[in-house]
Amino acid sequence: MEYAPQLYSAALRMTRNAADAEDLLQDTYLRGYRGFGGFEEGTNLRAWLFRILTNTFINTYRAKQRRPQETDLGEVEELTLYRGMRGRDRAAESAEDELFELFTDDEVKAALESLPENFRMPVLLADVEEFSYKEIADILDIPLGTVMSRLHRGRKAMQRALLDYVTEQGLIERDPAGAHEGGRQ
Amino acid sequence: MTDCNDAMHELHTYLDHEMSDTDSELVRTHLAGCKDCAEAFEFHSQLRVTIRRKCRNDELPPGLIARIERCFNEDFDGDGRIG
Repeated sequence: MEYAPQLYSAALRMTRNAADAEDLLQDTYLRGYRGFGGFEEGTNLRAWLFRILTNTFINTYRAKQRRPQETDLGEVEELTLYRGMRGRDRAAESAEDELFELFTDDEVKAALESLPENFRMPVLLADVEEFSYKEIADILDIPLGTVMSRLHRGRKAMQRALLDYVTEQGLIERDPAGAHEGGRQ
Repeated sequence: MTDCNDAMHELHTYLDHEMSDTDSELVRTHLAGCKDCAEAFEFHSQLRVTIRRKCRNDELPPGLIARIERCFNEDFDGDGRIG
């Protein structure tokens, strides 16, 4: 069960609570165990398990989610986070890796989890799990073009959420040029 | 030829390794000669690493694996039903 830790993290990002994530992981392994006959030798076991995880979440757990199933995102400009963070105090300029230590683990998780599900799933599978567009299309059973457009918009919205965190904490100055307008829903 | 607009348009496709070798090479050539674009690409590359590291580090609850394995064992006759 070498993939259990990453499947569990992904389950948490999907369900957004530990009890459901544990049940989701258990259901995923049981379905995988029962359906293992359908697994083709030589294909990607990790992608196959993520497909089961995703289907189980969508079919079983999504109905239990308390938050409404938003399906759309507001418009967010390109390079929102980059421009916002580049404008921070240059005197405190730090190496790029230190720059990202401004975010706690919980803030990055919350930013991802704040995305509506249809955008959160592609971003999770691409940015966290590093699946290819083709693999994500197979896992989510949506066309390749839809994967790409949802990834594009989901990433922008996640960057917007991250920028909001650092701005609210006063780690960077609010952009006086109004680059923030239109981002928040 | 790749200019700044072309390069930035391909930012995510490039970081996702979803470009042909030829196109990737064009982007790399542009980045080698353009400090602004190189900086933007590096930022997003580091951001990707940060997201990956911070969203994938949850600890498995103790006992969860054992609980799942017990379910496997209960399905001893392999008919897809527990017991």
